[in-house]
Amino acid sequence: MARPPDTDGGLTAYLDALVGEITAGRQPPATSVAKLGRRDFIKLSGLAGGGLVLGFSLKTPTARATTGKNELVFNAYLQITPAGDIVIMAPNPEIGQGVKTALPMIVAEELDVRWNDVRVMQSPIDADAFGRQFAGGSRSIPDNWQILRRAGASARAMLVAAAAARWGKSAGELETMDSRVIHRTSGQSAGYGELAEAAARQSPPDNVRLKDRKDFRLLGRRIPGVDNRAIVTGQALFGIDQSPNNLSYAVYHKCPSVGGKVVSANLDHIKTLNGIQDAFILEGNGNPGELKPGIAIVADSTWAALKARDALQVQWDTSTAAADDWDALAARAAELSSKPPQQIVTERGDVAQAVRDPSNKARESYYTHHFVAHAPMEPQNAAAWHSDGRIEIWSGTQTPGRAISAVAALLGIDSKNVHLHQLRAGGGFGRRLINDPVCEAAAIAQRIGGSVKLQWTREDDMANDFFRVGGFHAMKGAVNSAGELVAFEDHLITFSENGTDPVSGGALRPAGYPENACANSRLAHSMLPLGIQCGPWRAPGSNTTAWAQQSFLGELAAAAGRDQLEFLIETLQSITSPVPGGVDKNRAIATVKLAASRAGWGRNEGKGRGMGVAFYYSHMGHVAQVADISVDASKRLTVHKVTVAADVGPIVNLSGAEAMIQGAVVDALSTMAGQAIGFKSGVISPLNFDQYPLLRIRHTPEVEVHFIESDNEPTGLGEPGLPPLAPAVGNAIFAASGIRPRTLPLSREGYVLA
Amino acid sequence: MANYSLTINNRRYDVANVEPDTPILWILRDTLGLVGTKYGCGIAECGACTIHLNDSPARACSLPISAVSGMRITTIEGLSDGDVLHPLQQSWIDNDVPQCGYCQAGQIMAAAALLNRNPTPTDEEIDTAMEGNLCRCGTYHRIRQSIRDVANANRKKGGKSWPDHLTPMED
Repeated sequence: MARPPDTDGGLTAYLDALVGEITAGRQPPATSVAKLGRRDFIKLSGLAGGGLVLGFSLKTPTARATTGKNELVFNAYLQITPAGDIVIMAPNPEIGQGVKTALPMIVAEELDVRWNDVRVMQSPIDADAFGRQFAGGSRSIPDNWQILRRAGASARAMLVAAAAARWGKSAGELETMDSRVIHRTSGQSAGYGELAEAAARQSPPDNVRLKDRKDFRLLGRRIPGVDNRAIVTGQALFGIDQSPNNLSYAVYHKCPSVGGKVVSANLDHIKTLNGIQDAFILEGNGNPGELKPGIAIVADSTWAALKARDALQVQWDTSTAAADDWDALAARAAELSSKPPQQIVTERGDVAQAVRDPSNKARESYYTHHFVAHAPMEPQNAAAWHSDGRIEIWSGTQTPGRAISAVAALLGIDSKNVHLHQLRAGGGFGRRLINDPVCEAAAIAQRIGGSVKLQWTREDDMANDFFRVGGFHAMKGAVNSAGELVAFEDHLITFSENGTDPVSGGALRPAGYPENACANSRLAHSMLPLGIQCGPWRAPGSNTTAWAQQSFLGELAAAAGRDQLEFLIETLQSITSPVPGGVDKNRAIATVKLAASRAGWGRNEGKGRGMGVAFYYSHMGHVAQVADISVDASKRLTVHKVTVAADVGPIVNLSGAEAMIQGAVVDALSTMAGQAIGFKSGVISPLNFDQYPLLRIRHTPEVEVHFIESDNEPTGLGEPGLPPLAPAVGNAIFAASGIRPRTLPLSREGYVLA
Repeated sequence: MANYSLTINNRRYDVANVEPDTPILWILRDTLGLVGTKYGCGIAECGACTIHLNDSPARACSLPISAVSGMRITTIEGLSDGDVLHPLQQSWIDNDVPQCGYCQAGQIMAAAALLNRNPTPTDEEIDTAMEGNLCRCGTYHRIRQSIRDVANANRKKGGKSWPDHLTPMED
């Protein structure tokens, strides 16, 4: 079944380390507030043309962990020229989550600049100068929130100090607004550009006062994306658009079964074909997340490479390749579901006893979710230029720092000889956390000693994805005679690549709910061996656990004969022993109540129509959703409207935040409705959009978004909006039809979107 | 191998020594550097490569150069008039449509072709015309709103949708 452990490349450990890095800051960074008094901003000198350049830095545990040194690390900077140009660096990769706009807005707020005066630049990728730069785990906003605010406030304080000195006033008499320092009583004012030189001679303040949320002028407003104009006019923004000089084009052909090796191929014939420069075998480096074995075809054009590939004849050695078969695994999962779990994740009380207790009403259900692919619209690609022991990379990676170290190790060169140009990514969703296309392009560029653009086809992208793992939730639960939740068990039959840990995204990660909402609960795993590669997919784990657990709570509400909403709120209210960094029941209940009231919960809309509610906490975000749907006897499903209430702390960019929720609802419905990746003898299908349906505009429901803003630490919105949708729709289908869907995608139970 | 003369965005391009079956997508991207037209699926299923052939929408990934020679090709780069954006491009910015942005050139080209033949589409007509364009980020709400906004502006103008210089020659 699975590849033997000695050839597995340690993918689980590799991805665990990667995800661990990303989520290192998961706990709310309460300590960063206490650090406000320390001087941690550094003026940078040497700006051509003069003016104020402010680097800012923070001694953080994560920075130390990354660099291994207890030293100041620049995280980003802003620049104000005497001409009044204000440049703010956006430090993190933009993959569609809006951080290239949102992060500079945070600086701009405290700096009190007019947003139209600001030019945003993607910062270079440089761990020494900018610290950790990645897009993942919805971490960009929470990791940068305090740092960027203090940067803006420090620069503002220096500009104010410069004006105070010039006018002989005290700083306390001065105000700032719209990129100007103002002395209200005398009517004096000066633009930031005029003050930039003098501000640069000021010392960065030891301590700055940050604005109260009520005084925000920019944050919370709707600001269009800074790249919008370039996007709508077709500029070369993306990784796929880059063309280094003297470019060759390449494709890289890998075994249809993951892990297969090349024995031989008709390379001599391939090299004779029109437009083909070279064709060769690469052995791979043993890490499927970096370089798998395959055949590179290097050509004068993408099309020549693709055509030559059609003529490839390869003999594969599949003795070490994945040989998984979904149907066989599903049958074994069903057997495991009735046996004691292999791993207990968390346990309290005695579920078995509560389920047996004749005074309780007990339920058991079995939920199945299939594997799915990331399928970002931009298929994987990378460009690389190798020359004199140095390499330049062009990529829309989510983890540029990792890409640099991986390429350095792969090519046997120092990482200072790897330069990565960070490009906008045509969708990430977790796929671009893994840098296999970058490593492939680098290896090909080194081999040919030149520049190459590697292009994956859509089929390559699907076949070589790191999938969202499928799984099987064997649920047990009970309510007492008062209709209260007394027992809850989720026995997840998941997959393991190494025999000891679930694959990436395949573990239950308790955050306090619902396992701490009743006296008897158990979360547990059993594992099946797997060779298919899995990886983080938008809200890993949460994206399917939310569906199974919140659907099953809906089943228990029905068993108790109670209103789903009332039951949901009661279970949240019953949480004891909250998990640090986990769900906050008051914030949770507030989102549920808000979503329900805005959706008009309790309206009787007639036969075949119903509402369902679900709540989930992921990536520090509390989100409740109510789905309003119709379903007929032939399972034709229409999702009319989804009402969302989210508490992610303060909102940075209202337009971007709403977009993330709207997009998450569409993505979740898309995935829930019809997407499934199957595999037989380790071979993946389907491989393109003709059989892997993405939601289309016609089936897009109305989405109403409400935010509960607070002074809690903010979190990002790339992920938390997605998990509640599937259970909200599932609960609504039950409310409308009395039928409980227990399979994702719904198409496997015969549902079609109408 | 063959040579072709193409009219793209009102400009003539001579393309020498290419295979006749080369999809126009790769000619635009690799040969001519017009990279606004995107590769998404290669089988005309996603719409990321949507261009106009004689003002009608077409999927560049599945059209060989030999089939489009002699036709008037418009790509996203040619939709605006210099710095003056097409009304849809401006509406896309105003509604802050893009998330990742990768599919948006194709979306805009599909919408522009719709307004080309029907300056004041209903929501149903918008959904039908845009059905072949996928967005993995889920920006459909704002795509629909952006097209609606331009359609509504056209209604107020009595149905005229195009700046004069972009008025289609057909019909």
